[in-house]
Amino acid sequence: MKKVLIPLVLFFGLVAFLAVGLKRDPREIPSPLLGKPAPHFTLFTLDQGDTKFSPADMQGQVWMLNVWATWCVACREEHPVLVAFSEKNQVPIVGLSYKEIQPQDPAYKSPFDEKLKLARERSQVWLKRHGNPYVTSVMDMDGRVGINYGVYGVPETYVIDKAGVIRYKFVGAVTPALLAEKILPLISELNKS
Amino acid sequence: MKRVVLNAVLAVSIVLFASVSVGREAVPMAEDPKLEARLVDISQELRCLVCQNESLASSHAELADDLRQEVRELIRSGKSDQEIKDFLVARYGDFVLYRPEVKPLTWVLWFGPFLLLVIAAIFLGVYLRQRRALAAPAAMSDDERERAKQLLKG
Repeated sequence: MKKVLIPLVLFFGLVAFLAVGLKRDPREIPSPLLGKPAPHFTLFTLDQGDTKFSPADMQGQVWMLNVWATWCVACREEHPVLVAFSEKNQVPIVGLSYKEIQPQDPAYKSPFDEKLKLARERSQVWLKRHGNPYVTSVMDMDGRVGINYGVYGVPETYVIDKAGVIRYKFVGAVTPALLAEKILPLISELNKS
Repeated sequence: MKRVVLNAVLAVSIVLFASVSVGREAVPMAEDPKLEARLVDISQELRCLVCQNESLASSHAELADDLRQEVRELIRSGKSDQEIKDFLVARYGDFVLYRPEVKPLTWVLWFGPFLLLVIAAIFLGVYLRQRRALAAPAAMSDDERERAKQLLKG
């Protein structure tokens, strides 16, 4: 009688493994940057002129870095969530406009200044239409800063603490549930320390 | 007749697609063949983060392009293969390596299959032994032998 049960137990064990495996997202790669200082950069912001931003400017504050682009489809889904979230003023969100001018774009080969101007214009129009959740947004034109942050899919969101250490990373569109259950508790905890 | 037309269409499309793929393959060869050879060497060992089952060498994804460019520049600045791999692991984690380092965190990955094999071999051994014991001919009692003889005679 007991012997009959062995294949059954094995079968359910296998089913349990497969069920867990199916639910996991293979695109979610644990970031080695968690607990490490946010990589340094200095980039032009969205505003006209020579205004630049660097993570050091946020020293002493808990803040969020959100990687986005106007060509990014998932960002469109995420954007209203971020806009609603930013209206509550709980945490400053800095945008990182990732490779706004894509290689297949005719403007890709033009000089840097022209590309920057075009990228700024496009981003501003887009933010005007969809709302602007960012305190500032920086232009990562060639994606090099993205590589330093381990960006491999846009949108991506980072939570960075007062000392400039990356505490959380999320790949994909942020949802209200994720904000309420994971990000907000983390931010209030980080704000206390 | 239909068949001939179909074959012709097939032949033409094969030729067309073949030439397209050849045209694409030739592009990455840049000015410095030595550097490109090293790039291919290194990037075959690295995983493309976007299309996860392709190496960085064979991927056409945009991020792969950027990362190859990054690796090119690291080669030019005189970095060793190990330093280049460390650079990428620091940003994307062990996942970028097709051959992850052997360390406590990856022991299950490296030795798990062999452990499973050993366990399976033990089970097989035990099972075979049990079966042999079951299959051993049961001793006949004298009565049974007598009855068998009677039956065979009859």
